[in-house]
Amino acid sequence: MAHTTSLLTAERVSKTFPLSAGGEQTVLETVSLTVAPGEVVALLGRSGSGKSTLLRILAGLIEPSTGIVTRHGVALHGPNPDVAMVFQSFALLPWLTVQENAELGLTARGVPKENAEKEAMYALQMVGLEGFEGAYPKELSGGMRQRVGFARAFVMKPDVLMMDEPFSALDVLTAENLRGEISDLWERGSFPSKSILLVTHNIEEAILLADRIVILGTNPGRIRGEVRVDIARPRDKSGPRFRALVDHVYTVMTNPEAAVEEVPAATAKPTKRFPMLPHARSGGISGLLEIIYDRGGREDLPQLASDLRLEIDDLLPAVDASALLGFASVAEGDVTITDTGKEFATAGIHRSHEIFKEQLLSRVPLTATVLRVLEQKRDGRIGKEFLVDILDEHFSDDEAEKQFQTLIDWGRYAHLFEYDADEERLYLAEPEEDVADRDAQSAAD
Amino acid sequence: MAEAQRGFGILFKRIERIWNGRLATPVRFSRIPQFGIGLRTESESRPSFHSADLAVGLGTLVLLYVAARVGAESLVKFNPPDVIPTISLDPRNLPNYAARSTLRMFIALGFSTLFTFVYGYAAARSRRAERVLVPLLDILQSVPVLGFLSVTVTLFIALFRGSLLGLEAASIFAIFTGQAWNMTFSFYQSLRTVPTELDEMATLYGLSKWERFTRLELPSSVIGLVWNGMMSFGGGWFFLAASESISVLNRQYTLPGLGSYVASAIAARDLHAVGWAIVTMVILVLLIDQLFWKPLVTIADRYKLELSAGEERRFWVVDLWRAASLPAIFERILGPSLFGLDRMLSHFTRVEPHAERRSTSKTADRVFNVIVSITSIGLLVVAIRFVLSGVGLAEVGHAALLGLATAARVLALLVLSTIVWTPIGVAIGFNPRLARLSQPLVQICASFPANFLFPFATLVFIRFGIHLNWGSMLLMALGAQWYLLFNVIGGAQAVPNDLREMATSIGLRGIRKWRFLIGPGIFGSWVTGAITASGGAWNASIVAEIVSWGHTTLRAAGLGAYIADATSTGDWPRIVLGVGLMSVFVVTLNRIVWKPLYRLAQTRFQLS
Ligand SMILES: Nc1ncnc2c1ncn2[C@@H]1O[C@H](COP(=O)(O)OP(=O)(O)OP(=O)(O)O)[C@@H](O)[C@H]1O
Ligand SMILES: [Mg+2]
Repeated sequence: MAHTTSLLTAERVSKTFPLSAGGEQTVLETVSLTVAPGEVVALLGRSGSGKSTLLRILAGLIEPSTGIVTRHGVALHGPNPDVAMVFQSFALLPWLTVQENAELGLTARGVPKENAEKEAMYALQMVGLEGFEGAYPKELSGGMRQRVGFARAFVMKPDVLMMDEPFSALDVLTAENLRGEISDLWERGSFPSKSILLVTHNIEEAILLADRIVILGTNPGRIRGEVRVDIARPRDKSGPRFRALVDHVYTVMTNPEAAVEEVPAATAKPTKRFPMLPHARSGGISGLLEIIYDRGGREDLPQLASDLRLEIDDLLPAVDASALLGFASVAEGDVTITDTGKEFATAGIHRSHEIFKEQLLSRVPLTATVLRVLEQKRDGRIGKEFLVDILDEHFSDDEAEKQFQTLIDWGRYAHLFEYDADEERLYLAEPEEDVADRDAQSAAD
Repeated sequence: MAEAQRGFGILFKRIERIWNGRLATPVRFSRIPQFGIGLRTESESRPSFHSADLAVGLGTLVLLYVAARVGAESLVKFNPPDVIPTISLDPRNLPNYAARSTLRMFIALGFSTLFTFVYGYAAARSRRAERVLVPLLDILQSVPVLGFLSVTVTLFIALFRGSLLGLEAASIFAIFTGQAWNMTFSFYQSLRTVPTELDEMATLYGLSKWERFTRLELPSSVIGLVWNGMMSFGGGWFFLAASESISVLNRQYTLPGLGSYVASAIAARDLHAVGWAIVTMVILVLLIDQLFWKPLVTIADRYKLELSAGEERRFWVVDLWRAASLPAIFERILGPSLFGLDRMLSHFTRVEPHAERRSTSKTADRVFNVIVSITSIGLLVVAIRFVLSGVGLAEVGHAALLGLATAARVLALLVLSTIVWTPIGVAIGFNPRLARLSQPLVQICASFPANFLFPFATLVFIRFGIHLNWGSMLLMALGAQWYLLFNVIGGAQAVPNDLREMATSIGLRGIRKWRFLIGPGIFGSWVTGAITASGGAWNASIVAEIVSWGHTTLRAAGLGAYIADATSTGDWPRIVLGVGLMSVFVVTLNRIVWKPLYRLAQTRFQLS
């Protein structure tokens, strides 16, 4: 057998999904990735960057549109027998006991009952579930359920253990705990797979576990580059090198143009007529700006996230939206409030709506278009269909709906237009003199 | 194979051990996921003889005996169709008739289940099959089953020439058509909505087709299947009663059973006999509910997909079963061989790891679509030509007018039932104790075949001179209204308590409370109930627009009466016309009324 250093390789893989409005959406564009024996690779990227899609292509669950996947140098068609996966939602069968769940893959392979039982017991011990063999998943806590998920993957002794956000359905402490145990197992060298491929949103998680962090860019998903994590294990989260890497990855993640180390960033994206609106509610944007303003106008994002007990991904949409609207600027993991942002954060209700409106009109061309159409139509109304059809040309169905909802939310906040959800129609907002009067009055008091 | 053989070896050893009275020593056996069906939990597996065993053992024996005797009757008595079995109105014969009817119901249920698995699986697994099977199912659901009795009776009699079995088959088929579609839809839906990650897990961990079916697909659809089976089974009594005694092609066919008993009682103007039949029916519905459906529902409850720990549903039959050791003994004896069988089936259905290359060429798809379209258009043309060659265009217009009359009746009865039952249903639903007591009652009312009550209503109509044009509405409502009530109660129960408290605290009362809280809260359930009720009413129109008592026959102007007339005289073009028109009416109403309402309920009034 030829000696190959790669367990699993994706060569120039692209994936497009058809859009229901016709046309297609490119989710991954010429992505190449190799997983070598003995390494932990983390895929990091924003929501929608195609991480899960790439993982499933490598697992053989999805066929790539172009490009090939090889395992040990042989092209892969159909489910990859060398991998086992740990799922975000655990994917346990509730009507089977812990033991039956754990040995599912072995019995399917035709392994005799006694052997399968023994293997499953061993794996369950490894994840600290001895004594729970006869329990049903619903009797277990979330963390224990995911342990069963790990045990089920461990018994397969896969070449590559894949995990798709394995800790994100758990509460913070439980996740921390389980993450630590997995990392311990890996460090002790008793890990039952040769390599790990991890999909995550969580930057600290990636740096804690991975040898290499592959960063995916959005729309279309492509590899922006990778960061090598050259910190000796066990890793200390508060060590200076760790913190520096966290800051670096934050910078890369918050700034689509920033260079990722080692690999030059791909050529700049062509500008789009329809930039993707971050899915942030207007209330979230103003909330974030007020917090930043109160905390001095400049804030370290990782710090802010951890202070607010949020994952970075919960925070990013509001940060992105603030940047898009010119309320804040983001650089090197820091977010700084702009003058407009300051005014917005401190203004009274009426004035803040107005500022929002100005920024929205000048920075999101789509709103201006909508407004023009509304003003030109005699009845001053347009159907949701009309807008969603336009958006459908550029986004998937799901995404088009989200874009629409975001636009509606922002437009309403800016008092630009109103939306009747029953009739699914947009119409021009009534002039709000009475509101302005009231504002003026309260200011006079 | 070796495993199966070993299984048998173990089987005999077990029996030996049981006979030697060494049962008390715990025997380890392999529980096969899905074959244990969760009837027993591990902690209860130590058997001890019990009075429960007596009950379970006796019950099983009685059941086997009745089934064997009744089954033999319909097989052995070869009657040429000219010799029509007579029905004796002596109430002492009722248990026998009831047993024969029940057997029909369960055979039909068996076929429905089988059909459900095959059809539902095919529709969910193959994209092409799906494109034909799902719309077809939609149409089949809207076809009035009773209108087709004439076709099926003729067909089955020809098939089993000279035997009562033809009539049996026709009756079973009628029940089957009343049960199967709902169950199939539910199964198909469940298959399509298996959570993606579970599906990916099954693929990646290499589950064989058999394992995928028994470990993943069947368990995750079993709740829907059981509930739909239960509701459809209840509806099936109606078709049973209508199909056991039917005049087709100028000939009266009678099949011994509860339904034909009632029919004979009506012909003989014997009100006592009708009364006895009703009592029997009530007992039967209750028995089957307690001994069959409730246990099934209780067991199915274990197959909830969500992982939240909740209180386990309990039921006395299931508890009895669990307390008894007989089932455990059987499980112990059969366990190993079932295990071997399970492994064998799994082995033969293993998915080859590299075989999955689903190439779907677009041209082949297009060709397929064209063929399907041409075939369906061709069939339609043939049907239309057949009808037009037999009757004129004027007849079509006439039938369509009758269809409008029936449609008006169906809508009016829905409105009336809504006005009457919604306040009552909401009152019940808001009172947890009352709801718990009354829900099973309503459910039993829903499965009680309304046509058993027709004679009483008919008598009232004759007595007070009420024209059946109006009266038929009441007859149709007798069966349909319960679905509405049932669903409204469920909807009211589902209105969250804090919303109701909020309404009270802000002083929402009267009309405003209905408008802002209750109305939107129960809308979704009401739509579900109304759809079911409307389907039931259309079907019922065929037996409700013509009723008789002795020699007096009342008749309403409507499409149901039209079909019933055509059926009894064997007028094929009119049968096809009537049934076709009714299907068109039902499908159209579905499209323009129910689907939009349903969507509205889903998008606007979803509580959660
Ligand atoms: N089966 C599919 N059909 C159509 N579009 C799809 C399909 N699967 C994924 N997509 C689209 O591909 C894009 C990337 O999805 P993917 O789930 O891979 O992203 P992700 O990086 O894992 O995001 P997240 O962090 O939210 O899990 C999304 O815009 C999604 O809408
Ligand atoms: Mg994902």
